[in-house]
Amino acid sequence: MTKLTSRSALPGLVLCLCLGLLTPSAFGQGELRFCLRSEPKTFDPLQVEDDASVAIRYLTGGTLARMNRQSQVLEPELAQSWKVSKDSRQITFKLRNGISFSDGTPFSAEDVAYTVQRLMDPSLHSPTSDAFRSGPGKVDTKILSPTQISITFPAPVAGLDRQFDQVAIMSAHSPKKEMAVLGPFMVADYKPGATVLVKRNPNYWKTDEQGRRLPYLESIRLDIQPNRDIEMLRFKRNEIDLINSLDSEYFDKLASGSPQLVHDAGPSLDSEQMWFNQVAKAPLPGYKKAWFRSTAFRRAISDAINRDDLAKVIFRGHAQPAMGPFSPANRFWFDSKLKPPVYSPDAALRALQREGFRLDNDTLKDTGGNAVVFSIITNSGNKYRERMATMIQQDLQKIGIHINVVTLDFPSLLERMTQSFDYEAILLGLSNVGLDPNEEMNVWLSSSENHQWNPQEKTPETAWEAEIDRLMRLQSASSDPKKRKEAFDRVQEIVVEQAPFIFLVNRNALSASSSSVHGVSPVILAPQTYWNAERLSLDVMEAQSRP
Amino acid sequence: MKIWRRVACAVLLLVLGVSLCAELVAPAGYARQYRETADAPPSRQHWLGTDDIGRDRFARVLYGTRLSLLLAPAAALLSTLMAAVIGGLAGYLGGMFERVAKTVTDLFLSLPWLFLLITVRALLPLNASPLVSVLATFLILGMLGWTSASRVLCASAASLRDSDFLRQARASGIPAVRLFWIHVLPNLKPVLVAQFWISIPVFILSEANLGILGLGVAEPMPSWGSLLKELEGLVSIGEEPWKFVPLILLVAVVTSFQLIFAKQEEFAI
Repeated sequence: MTKLTSRSALPGLVLCLCLGLLTPSAFGQGELRFCLRSEPKTFDPLQVEDDASVAIRYLTGGTLARMNRQSQVLEPELAQSWKVSKDSRQITFKLRNGISFSDGTPFSAEDVAYTVQRLMDPSLHSPTSDAFRSGPGKVDTKILSPTQISITFPAPVAGLDRQFDQVAIMSAHSPKKEMAVLGPFMVADYKPGATVLVKRNPNYWKTDEQGRRLPYLESIRLDIQPNRDIEMLRFKRNEIDLINSLDSEYFDKLASGSPQLVHDAGPSLDSEQMWFNQVAKAPLPGYKKAWFRSTAFRRAISDAINRDDLAKVIFRGHAQPAMGPFSPANRFWFDSKLKPPVYSPDAALRALQREGFRLDNDTLKDTGGNAVVFSIITNSGNKYRERMATMIQQDLQKIGIHINVVTLDFPSLLERMTQSFDYEAILLGLSNVGLDPNEEMNVWLSSSENHQWNPQEKTPETAWEAEIDRLMRLQSASSDPKKRKEAFDRVQEIVVEQAPFIFLVNRNALSASSSSVHGVSPVILAPQTYWNAERLSLDVMEAQSRP
Repeated sequence: MKIWRRVACAVLLLVLGVSLCAELVAPAGYARQYRETADAPPSRQHWLGTDDIGRDRFARVLYGTRLSLLLAPAAALLSTLMAAVIGGLAGYLGGMFERVAKTVTDLFLSLPWLFLLITVRALLPLNASPLVSVLATFLILGMLGWTSASRVLCASAASLRDSDFLRQARASGIPAVRLFWIHVLPNLKPVLVAQFWISIPVFILSEANLGILGLGVAEPMPSWGSLLKELEGLVSIGEEPWKFVPLILLVAVVTSFQLIFAKQEEFAI
């Protein structure tokens, strides 16, 4: 019996040792590595604009509330709870006790007031503040107690609480200014053009379910590397651990050798779309303006594009045909009544013939005998868009429409799109960062500069644009999520019916992570792979074997 | 050296000959998309496989080669003629004409070529058909590529200006225009020919550079530049070696031009 016990105790001891090695405390000695694709322009969390600075802010900044990138639900962080007034102008936060900045300075409502006042200071020109500026006037902050603060904005702010996901709280008193942080990591070293090193914040307030202090990782090294080929090579050589936003081509290459390292999280929020120039003063012939302003023409073009092929051939199956302005990835706001577009060149041709177009020797002609020929511009250097335009060229040839594909450098394209309006159709992509439709007010309101197909209309030029304006304002002014959803669903339906934008595909969110990283659960929202950075850990054995 | 020149000649003739028979050798055509077999490796149907949207790579290489081999000499001819008129006249007339021409040439030479090409191309009408875009690309190259040749021709014409035979011709009352056409230009011929031949590979490479940036020949027309774009993202040579065929062909053609006309360069300096 004793023998048996002693024999069984040895494997048990080995198992305990192994388990000990696998606990997060053992993982904590490692350094996670991944690449930033550009130089961070600032470490000031309120002046962040570029992707690299956003990444640093995400890792180092402490926010009052944060959107859980997996569940897409807003969760309390530095604030225990909050209450938004019915008119969406005021928000009152109840803050957590006993929290300190990375340099030991205590955190209180004073820091929140300081941050909000600085954020809304017009002289700072904070890009983050744009979402809060819905009307003229000053913001009012009232400290009710050291752990309670009320913030009143001059005009209603739609989705007020969600906007605080982007606001990293700064210390009002710390001499270290923006380098004193409340997030899981703090900037420890920065070598311009080479690396940013962030180290564990010793005063970070969060613990895991077992009571261990977060984050597990000792540090994260962010190498500045704009070349994606080199990023891929370094990942293959095990020199970096994560790649965000992987191209479908690279994804397949990695998947062919190591399928366990790549993740396809499904359709992302990003969409690729084309639109026709509907600007009245555009320097285009009258008959072309008439085509582009015709809903039947736009819808016929939409029906004649084989989106399944675009997704299958160009994105190698890592994209989905787009149904409308919002991707199904946006769980709450996507209108589930929208159906996937059906590819039907025959139906498209019939619809055009009903409008007076006729097919003459494989060339479609309008009622005036003008051959239907137009150009699609896209930005040079983006091989996916260039290929999409070429495939659309062949699709539309089947119904007698001839397209000239033009690739222009981005500044020239922008000039034509926003200044001279000297273009016929444009194919571009839209990167959606936020989930709320309010963040797209500048696209859908007819008076807006970014209302791409016909910007800055003095009054809505069509009845459906007037209806979109009304619905967007309605949802923006309401604090009732149900009413807002109803209004925005209708906006999505009108956009699909009228096709001012012809939505093509939603790319999938593709990423890669090394087998030495534990806790990776890639999602569709940025930052895809390290959204839960505080809970990521490294396998010490594997990490030590890295070059 | 003679053997190498013969080999180079054979390579050029072979490449040109095959590319001119593209319709017979590659009946698939350069534009047809075989979407079911996109990015396929070489097969009996597609000798060099297919590109990312399923177009026959062999056909595209042949049509692209034909385009470069026919249009680069045309651009070279245009630029050489412009250089002959601007540089030759400036050198022959001398004085203020020479100074102005040299200043303009220096100004053009100091411009960043690539940005200039990008800007000029962005100003072209959008509704140009692919064929027009091809012609426009090479026309732009030809019209912007006269500067170096002009410098050389200006120097050569200036050296002729004070030669004894021209003085004698002037003294016998031959008009200036006739002097230029009958006596100066024929003497500049070796330099002109050399400039013409050495410009061809330069224009081939310039188009390839523009094509790599996506600013060359419009889709679906192929060109060496657009074919070389496929090499983006290739992490190793052994991965898909057939994708290197356009690059190998480009190097072979440019090297052949250099070898055949190496002697001509002596005149160009």
